[in-house]
Amino acid sequence: MSDLENFRIEVKDWLDKNCPSTMRAGAPAETPIDEVWGGRKAVYKNPDSKLWLDRMGEKGWTMPTVPKEYGGGGLNKEEVKILNEEMFAIGARAPLLSFGIWMLAPVLLEYGNESQKREHLPKIIKGEIRWCQGYSEPGSGSDLASLATKAEDMGDHFLVNGQKVWTSYADKADWIFALVRTGPKEPKHSGISFLLIDMENPGVSTKPITLISGKSPFCETFFDNVEVPKENLVGELNAGWTIAKKLLQHERKFISNFGLAAGMGSKKDVISLAKKHFGEDEGKISNPIFRSKVIDHKMKEHAFGLTLQRAADEGGKASAVASMFKYYGTEHNKRRHELMVAASGVNGLAWDGNEFDDSEKNLTRAWLRTKGNSIEGGTSEVQLNVISKRVLELPSG
Amino acid sequence: MKLILNEEQNYLKETALSFVSEKTPVSHLRGLRDSDDQLCWDKEVWSEMVKLGWSGILIPEECGGSNFGLTGMSVILQECGKTLTPSPLFATGVLGATALTKFGSEEQKQKYLTKIASGELTTALAIDENSHHNPNICELKAIKDGSNYVLNGKKIFVVDGASADIVIVVARTSGEDDDVGGLSMFLVESDNSNLKKVKLDMADSRNYANITFDNVSVDETMVLGEIDMGLEPINEILDVGRIALSAEMLGSCEKAFEITIEYLKERKQFGVPIGSFQALQHRAAEMFCEIELTKSAVMAAMQGAEENSNDLQRLSSLAKSIVGETSHLVSNEAVQMHGGIGVTDEYDIGFYLKRARVAETILGNSTFHQERYANLTGF
Repeated sequence: MSDLENFRIEVKDWLDKNCPSTMRAGAPAETPIDEVWGGRKAVYKNPDSKLWLDRMGEKGWTMPTVPKEYGGGGLNKEEVKILNEEMFAIGARAPLLSFGIWMLAPVLLEYGNESQKREHLPKIIKGEIRWCQGYSEPGSGSDLASLATKAEDMGDHFLVNGQKVWTSYADKADWIFALVRTGPKEPKHSGISFLLIDMENPGVSTKPITLISGKSPFCETFFDNVEVPKENLVGELNAGWTIAKKLLQHERKFISNFGLAAGMGSKKDVISLAKKHFGEDEGKISNPIFRSKVIDHKMKEHAFGLTLQRAADEGGKASAVASMFKYYGTEHNKRRHELMVAASGVNGLAWDGNEFDDSEKNLTRAWLRTKGNSIEGGTSEVQLNVISKRVLELPSG
Repeated sequence: MKLILNEEQNYLKETALSFVSEKTPVSHLRGLRDSDDQLCWDKEVWSEMVKLGWSGILIPEECGGSNFGLTGMSVILQECGKTLTPSPLFATGVLGATALTKFGSEEQKQKYLTKIASGELTTALAIDENSHHNPNICELKAIKDGSNYVLNGKKIFVVDGASADIVIVVARTSGEDDDVGGLSMFLVESDNSNLKKVKLDMADSRNYANITFDNVSVDETMVLGEIDMGLEPINEILDVGRIALSAEMLGSCEKAFEITIEYLKERKQFGVPIGSFQALQHRAAEMFCEIELTKSAVMAAMQGAEENSNDLQRLSSLAKSIVGETSHLVSNEAVQMHGGIGVTDEYDIGFYLKRARVAETILGNSTFHQERYANLTGF
């Protein structure tokens, strides 16, 4: 028997023993569902959520490709594929959602020093520390490099003062990775550093922002004379912009994947909503004009899914192509929600109360939330700029 | 299903690119058009393609081919699309070879397939009867008369129909005009005196004909496949054709886009390259995304055919539809972004626009394939 076949048997066996029954397909309908983000402030409605996280974290299988010395699973690509297949086969829930995993860990692996990797990666992988991202500022949106939050060198520490905005879940996070200005006299791109800040430090405060969806996934984060140890600088002083851009690529890829994955295979998709609200005629959506829009949309979705697959088969040549996925994935997700709302008619615009069911009210809010997808992580227009310059090599204006 | 080419397929693609760059740049097509060439392709070029083995890629080894598969054939056509290379490769090497390989009797294979592989014989598939592709409708009838069949009716827009040695014709052998069960295929040698071919002069300067069958009598050895085989098996041939043609159209899109991007970098107005204007940059970036999606759809269809995917019909319609839409976008933008010279005959970009539209109508345009995709998906 090959090593991989043995590995598959081991994984199956381990999942069988360790994945709690409420964390897999077939869990009782009344099981409370946690969105597990981990961290010091985490609260669990279902204790199995914590158990499942701890067990997967212990194996390092929340980041299966990361070397074992940093707390990862130390698996190769084929093994990860097997792990994913076996988890999929039992319908296992994702043990951990994490900006640490999606964004910070990849850049720590590339730019962090040995002690930073040993300190932070295991806590990310086990879900012990929840991270948030301190990039945008009130005056620095698309022109991110103009950021003004300053970190002054005080000899043994940095003194941080300023404000970040659009920090996702900052009110629930433990640490923040932030871009700060350390070189006020340097050209704007060359005076930025990448700093890790414990949010328990005195002087850090957060305030949630209510969005048009009624939800508050983002915060404003304030730094008022916050002392940050020198060892929390990632990479060289004033060399943070390179790291910042690399992290954005990971973020863009994640946002586009997430948007698509959330829509695929879901029963509440455009087709079923259209059939429900317009009716069907021999299996076809009855409204021919709407049907033609759905056809166009579903075919594009199919081709986009194939493009994600092709990129993976090609070995994930990230860089500027991440901008394509971010641009197309978020714009597509907006169109998908517009179609779902349109298909649902009045029932697609419900806000609250008992006259509409939860899925309808959730759709309204989800639709409104997608409007931010093409803004956060670099607007669609910024992504098109990146494609023009980096892929097509068109001249700068 | 892996959406990448293997080493041999990549090699074939590179060979094809250097062949078309050297032998058939767009000026080749222009030359054929300007000399009012009735064949619309060049015998010399075709014989060189045959020497490279391209005519036999979809033909079994025992009939003189290499049985290399549809992906290999498609990447060659993709490169041919880059310089708008006209040749019998599509009508003969793809449609004719596939029809005979899938449905030919041993005798037919020995007689015709070997000659396709050796370049001695060209074919055409006569299927359409109306201005829009619709294989469900067939009025051309074949009626049994002793051991013969007598064909009466008209086929239009037959690709390479003006020159093909053998016309493969879809005919009704039973049922009404829209009964998809009563269809059969026949091989008709084009020197039959009751076959009347009228060459069409189309915008893309390629070889097409309308063909009238006026009491064309063929003996039963010329039946291809079974009598009343119906549309399903015929669709297998059409889907192979659609996928190969999608690859050719993709190649044309890629090249028209590349030419346009180069132009944006060169052309100066207001003292700067026009490619520095964000209004043009964003449109270029959007085209890039659409072309990437198209590549994936075409790749999935090619690989689906290699692996006999049970989703092949949907993948074929996805590819043909999306490449049609992307062709529209790219060919129109290419002309617009070239400004004045884009609408002159002297400049090549107009050839891409003309070919894009004609190719889109072959074997079903985007709306045809959108409808088919939705029906197959169940909405």
